[in-house]
This record gives sequence, C-alpha cells and structure tokens, in this order.
Amino acid sequence: MVTEAEVWEALAEVPDPEIPVISVVDLGVVRGVRVDGERVHVEFTPTFLGCPALEVMRSQMAERIAELGAEPEVEVVLDDSWSTDKITAEGREKLREAGLAPPTPRGEGTTLVQLQANGFRCPYCGSRDTALENIFGPTPCRSLRYCRSCKQPFEQFKTI
Amino acid sequence: MVSPVLRRVSERAQLLLEIADDELILGWRDSEWTGIAPFLEEDVAFSSIAQNEIGHARALYELAARDLGTTADELAFDRSPEEYRCSALVELRLPEWERTIARHVLYEQADAERLERLKTSGDEELAGLAAKIDREEIYHRLHAEMWAERLKDEPRYEGALGELRPLVDRRNSGSAELTELWEEMTSVRRSQPAGTKW
Repeated sequence: MVTEAEVWEALAEVPDPEIPVISVVDLGVVRGVRVDGERVHVEFTPTFLGCPALEVMRSQMAERIAELGAEPEVEVVLDDSWSTDKITAEGREKLREAGLAPPTPRGEGTTLVQLQANGFRCPYCGSRDTALENIFGPTPCRSLRYCRSCKQPFEQFKTI
Repeated sequence: MVSPVLRRVSERAQLLLEIADDELILGWRDSEWTGIAPFLEEDVAFSSIAQNEIGHARALYELAARDLGTTADELAFDRSPEEYRCSALVELRLPEWERTIARHVLYEQADAERLERLKTSGDEELAGLAAKIDREEIYHRLHAEMWAERLKDEPRYEGALGELRPLVDRRNSGSAELTELWEEMTSVRRSQPAGTKW
C-alpha cells in the first residue's frame, strides 16, 4: 500500500504542462491526498477555469498514481479555494527564473490603476519601472508587461 | 422539441443552464474576433476572454449535469436552439467594434451583479463556484472598463449601448443568428453517430 508521502512525492514530479518549470505541487493545486486501501483520492483545485492544461494535469496525476500501483481518483473541486497565494515560495522562484514574474499577493489589489502602476518587478533585472502592455497574454493566467529599465517584455502571472 | 435530458429540470439546474449558456455563447461570439480584431493586443484579449468564458460554461454545465444525470457536453451541444436560456445580448453576431465593446461592458456589469448575488447564496456549491468565476471575471471587467473609458462620449459607442441595453434581460429571442451559431457550434458533434466518445 502506498503512503500519503509517496503520493505527494510522485505528484511533485507532475509538471504544469504550460509552465513545465513548476509542478502541480509548487502550483498549490493539490488540496489534499487521502489513501484508502488501494485507492488514492486527490482533491484538485483548478487554476483558471478556462485553462486548457487542466485536463492534462488531471490525467497526468492519475497516471503517476497508477504507476505507484494504486487506483487514482482525482476529484476536481469547483470552488474558490485556490488562489495564486497558494503557489509555494519555491514555485515562485522557479517562475521568476523562467522569466515569468510571479503573481503579487491577493491583498495588494487588482484594480486597473494598480495594474498600471509601477509596482511590478521585472523578472530579468528586478526593476520596478515596468508598464502594463496587455491584461491578457498567451494563456488565461498571464498578462504582458514591459520593463522600461532593461527593455525586456515579460509575462506576469495574474493574481487571483 | 424538448431533449429527453431536460424533461425534469430543477430551479437550480435552470439557473446553472442560464449562466452556462450565456458564457458559452458569448465565448463563441468573442472568439469570432480571433485573427481580425483591430489590433493584435485585442486579438489576444478577446481570444483569452473567450477561452475563459467557455471554461466557466463548462464548470457550470458540469454542476448542472450532475443534478440532471447527464454530461456537460450533452447540455452544451445536444439541446435544440430554442432550449438555450442565454441572454438575447449574447446571441448577436457583432462585427462592429463599438457594438462588441458595448456588449462587453453591458454583459460584464450584469454578470458582476449576478455573481455577487450567487456568492452569498445559501447553496454552498453554487456560491463557491460563483466566487471562483468572479475572481477570474475581474480581468474581463478591467478590460471592459478600459474600453468604456476610451470610447465614452463617442456617439457610435453611446448609440450601441442604447441599442443593446434592452436585450440584457431578454432570454433567447429565437433569433436566426442564434440558430446559425448553433449550427456552426454543433456541426462536428452532429456529424458523428450518437454516443460517440470524444
């Protein structure tokens, strides 16, 4: 029989299909793991509901659990329990290294004025002299910004 | 003709379908700007909004499907056009930018009010999903707000707001445009035998 710790370890190897530098555990979308005999129940909280990676994440998690010799049950929790605040410190660092600015904390607000302000840090040079280029980007979870300091466009993980 | 899946519809399922239909049809309409928006940023914006709205529709259909003992796909694609409960506002094909923005602004306002009510509903499952959707809609609202500010006082935009406002609370006007969209949206699914696994 597998242990909860083994399941967590296995899930830590499942990458986000669209941002493969971080795992589903770094992303904070695994809300709980319960081992019940041969069955492993995982509570999975989607990031953005429109994210095309959700289905892939779900089936990859099930596959990894099956590889441990257990019967996977991945339950999708459709409530507000995931927030970008759940991304781990390690996950945030990995995002930054990949050139993707990590989300700001929920508490800092997401009004247009705040997004257009200079509070966002460039993941390349660390400058806060950055401008909002587009609220939307290549996936629902990202915005586009431009660093006036190092002249580098970059993607900003949206706060939700 | 009423599809067999809809014979017995609870009030809750009815409400879920109403919102899901709005989000699905609007998502489809928004995606019509992909590739032809006035500039690239808006191509990206409307494509992303469309994708997210359809994601919301899917989650809402899934909840309704559980109540009704069916699947999200059957609810989204196997009903007849007259069974959709979407607002007349989202039915229209609006190839004019000012009318698209007017619809965007009106829809986001009405949707925000609806989500606010649902978030405080005693139905925990519904309230939880509404809260999740609302978080994501913040970005759609910011986009609408930005355009409303840019276009305000423009006669064509103000005219479009006046023209479209009465449609917000009308449900399924039976328009030919909705039927055309339905034909397009369901054509692939209808081309396969019933019971095909997708």
